[in-house]
Amino acid sequence: MITKRIIPCLDVRDGRVVKGTNFLGLQDVASPVELGKFYSENGADELVFYDITASAEGRKLFTDILTQVASTIFIPLTVGGGINTLEDFDRVLKCGADKVSVNSGAIRNPELVAAAARRYGDQCVVLSVDAKRVEGGFRVFSKGGREDTGMDLLSWVKRCVDSGAGEVVLNSIDTDGVKQGFDLEMLEAVCDLVDVPVIASGGAGCEEDFVTLFRRLPKVDAGLAASIFHFGQVQILRLKRRLQEENILVRL
Amino acid sequence: MVGIIDYGVGNLFSLQSSFRSLGESVFVSSSREELNQADHLVLPGVGAFADAAGKLTQTGLDAFVKDRAAAGKPLLGICLGMQLLFEKSYEYGQHPGLGILKGQVVPMEGRIPAELKIPHMGWNRLQWHQGTLLRESQGQYVYFVHSYFAEGCDDSLAAVTEYGIPITAAVEKENVFGCQFHPEKSGAVGLEILRRFCKL
Repeated sequence: MITKRIIPCLDVRDGRVVKGTNFLGLQDVASPVELGKFYSENGADELVFYDITASAEGRKLFTDILTQVASTIFIPLTVGGGINTLEDFDRVLKCGADKVSVNSGAIRNPELVAAAARRYGDQCVVLSVDAKRVEGGFRVFSKGGREDTGMDLLSWVKRCVDSGAGEVVLNSIDTDGVKQGFDLEMLEAVCDLVDVPVIASGGAGCEEDFVTLFRRLPKVDAGLAASIFHFGQVQILRLKRRLQEENILVRL
Repeated sequence: MVGIIDYGVGNLFSLQSSFRSLGESVFVSSSREELNQADHLVLPGVGAFADAAGKLTQTGLDAFVKDRAAAGKPLLGICLGMQLLFEKSYEYGQHPGLGILKGQVVPMEGRIPAELKIPHMGWNRLQWHQGTLLRESQGQYVYFVHSYFAEGCDDSLAAVTEYGIPITAAVEKENVFGCQFHPEKSGAVGLEILRRFCKL
């Protein structure tokens, strides 16, 4: 059977990993290539590279870096950030990305999901969504979680999956950065709604948060995190051994 | 020298990089003359079966692949490239394949338990049956992304993976090899499989 996946996410600005890391033995802790290699050799099942560059020069740098990463790392790569058009899909896929994640670009132009799924296949299109509790419901936020779109989370996810999104990354703004665990309530609502893989994001602070996630919500396929991996609070190989002890299937 | 057959289907970046990382010289080509220079041929592929089979025929590469396989050249089909080696596929209708191997390609839908997600996407374990290429990889995890699988291929079945039912993961017959999974995305285990193919 398919394993649960553990996915580190690297935010890249101007060709560097934002905030860096504190791994001993890495020559350059802010190099996406070195860090990507470190993770792929230390248990990561997949990598997500997120381009948080605003400028055109930064974007060019990002695609150069992505090409280098994809030439050295042979596990699945998902790329997101600044994906607004089919040309953006093309640009990152040609650099070696396997999946492309859309967020604000799909909110601005919901047709993007269907068009990309038709051209590249559902498995290539990942819907990334930032959501937060507002007035007793879950609301979709755009622009990195700053702007309330007024859209209901569940109808937005359903619409995108029906249009061909092959996977959903759900980032809860309510739990993000709090490090008290994933947003199980919000995740459960999305898992009950769609049949495509759901990736939990936002809130993990320790190994036990992943154990709780996969125990309580067996339908969740993967857990994604950034700083707790980058700063060594959670080591992926140790985490996976812990999950295995709990009879949660992982690749070791 | 590894020749990757380019018939306009899929992204060959990672596949090329993975052979390069093994120190193998590798090229991508749609020219029969060039591909004829290769010691090992790789037939890649993603997307829909009918579309890919059509492109192979249009480029005339279908006859080339069959001819080289019959002549004993090591040939590795990956993902859809493996599925194309069989006689036919039932993906949206019925379409003929290359017929190099006995068997057919059928949808997972209706054949695997309903609670399992389709596509079969992620890391799953290899259970080795026979052949040489996968023997060392018994029990290892490799990366799959597919919604259709090969059946009726008992004479070439080399490895399966468990997804509600046994799913054909790899085939092997004489000089012809196929992987349903992506060795170029399966970390060290996948690279080792590609390395062994290059040593044939």
